[in-house]
Amino acid sequence: MSTVAAIDPRHVAGQRLRERVFRGATFLAALLVLALLGGVALSLVVGSWPALARFRLGFLTREIWNPVTDQYGALAPVYGTLVTSLLALALAIPVSLGIAIFLTELAPRWLKRPVGMAIELLAAVPSIIYGIWGLFVLAPILQRHVQPWLIEWLGPLPFIGRLFQGPPYGIGVLTASFVLAVMVIPFISAVMRDVFETVPEVLKESAYGLGATTWEVIWQVVVPYARTGVIGGIMLGLGRALGETMAVTFVIGNAHRIGSSLLAPGTTISASIASEFEEAVGDLYTSALVALGALLFLITFSVIAAARWMLRRLERRALSSV
Amino acid sequence: MKRRLIRKLTNLLALGLSGLATAIGLFFLGAILWTLLRNGTAGVSARLFTQMTPPPGSSGGLLNAIYGSVVMTVLGILIGGPIGLLAGTYLAEYGRTSRVSTVIRFVNDVLLSAPSIIIGLFVYEALVVRMGHFSALAGAVALAIIAMPVIVRTTEDMLNLVPQGMKDASTAMGAYHWRTVTSVVYPAARSGLLTGLLLAVARISGETAPLLFTALNNQFWSSAVNAPMANLPVVIYQFALSPYPNWQQLAWSGALIITLSILVLSIAARLVVSLSQGGRRG
Repeated sequence: MSTVAAIDPRHVAGQRLRERVFRGATFLAALLVLALLGGVALSLVVGSWPALARFRLGFLTREIWNPVTDQYGALAPVYGTLVTSLLALALAIPVSLGIAIFLTELAPRWLKRPVGMAIELLAAVPSIIYGIWGLFVLAPILQRHVQPWLIEWLGPLPFIGRLFQGPPYGIGVLTASFVLAVMVIPFISAVMRDVFETVPEVLKESAYGLGATTWEVIWQVVVPYARTGVIGGIMLGLGRALGETMAVTFVIGNAHRIGSSLLAPGTTISASIASEFEEAVGDLYTSALVALGALLFLITFSVIAAARWMLRRLERRALSSV
Repeated sequence: MKRRLIRKLTNLLALGLSGLATAIGLFFLGAILWTLLRNGTAGVSARLFTQMTPPPGSSGGLLNAIYGSVVMTVLGILIGGPIGLLAGTYLAEYGRTSRVSTVIRFVNDVLLSAPSIIIGLFVYEALVVRMGHFSALAGAVALAIIAMPVIVRTTEDMLNLVPQGMKDASTAMGAYHWRTVTSVVYPAARSGLLTGLLLAVARISGETAPLLFTALNNQFWSSAVNAPMANLPVVIYQFALSPYPNWQQLAWSGALIITLSILVLSIAARLVVSLSQGGRRG
């Protein structure tokens, strides 16, 4: 014992104190993440209270949005949010699936990284850039070349024809969906690529061994195996599309009405908030916009939470199988 | 034989379509960059970086907006960075398996993809209403809240990559956990942590919606953090939708500047990772 250098008790006490302080600081920071979500929810409820107390459930069911008479209903923005997001998904899912398949199963090694990176860069481009691109480049092209064609050929059809009637404005629900689709493609395809890569080689090789073609292996082995992840990725994309603001604000036309035509201007929750918040005079107007925000929070929160839950479960399964 | 032919054709068709899908994705990236270069470069000159945003019809630059964006991004990272780093450290080092950590991880993932406009509304309610006016500080807080989940996530992932053996060695030398984390784990994960920071900067420097309700905009030079401050995204938003040609030109040039900076940051973030990994392997 005598050969061991004496340990200074003050040194030990100092170290213990620092340990406690550091540990406490990290724990507090972690708790702050929790508190943040609570704070966001609370402030939205408080801010939207005047509007909700005034209109009650009518806020959800009415289409009217009139700042002059102070009457507000969320039906048109909610409808617009859902329609643009779902349409965007319908456009984006096949393309994302194709990209994920190309990156995991087809591309030669030297091509994988640059192409994968380029697609990821598409996700890094800020929303507002998509907005000005959509308004000044995409909308005129759609107006001149695509929408007249849709009106002429699909407009007269029974049932679905109603979706493609009216003048070609350029901006509107369809254009917004198109821009949203381009924006969510990198997110969905990145998740799909990651889950496709978790499929064990043995499974694929056994299918090839039975004589399956590449496509059959992908469609009957890879996709079913990665099903949860694929759905999780799609829902993550949906979460993005639902809350996307600036890009949609530029191209949707901000009209508070529910039209049957996809070519007509409409609005979404986030576009309404972004374009009207600054000029909202009167407490009720502001409160109605915050109430819209609370609705958006509720919708996106459920979608994102479901998506994250599915992906988390998948991560655990991947870990336990290793 | 016929069946085999059909299967082969289906295979070719499907694989061809997936190649086409990739081409479509790349086409949009190219189209957007091309548009920005074509419309943006016309307005790039020394004036862009030396003069203030002008009134309609007269010439000017984006100096105050660029300055404001840099200030708010830096402030946002200064606020959100340390908190995110500490929270990520807790998840990776102290509360690895605790139930609180599972909840925090989940909530952080939700915040990671929460719409930024909601964060803007939150900061508006929590800070702007209370202070009574828009301010650069409120803008920085909103950006910090958006940057934080990114940093928490990358910090946790990167710290988890540090080999357990290194930590054990440090503990065996008699180091307390805090000493192990700050002197062994952080240096070992340095490049990964840097990547997280770069990605967070890339994420927040183009954010527009949260700044609309917090920092607003300012046509003049202002370096006061408790007053409205000009910033590139909001200037682009307002100028692009204006009817004045000189404002629209400035919007395109601003868009070019912001996109190029973000692309450079994103590529740099990826290079940092691959360089350090290559170094470790070699």
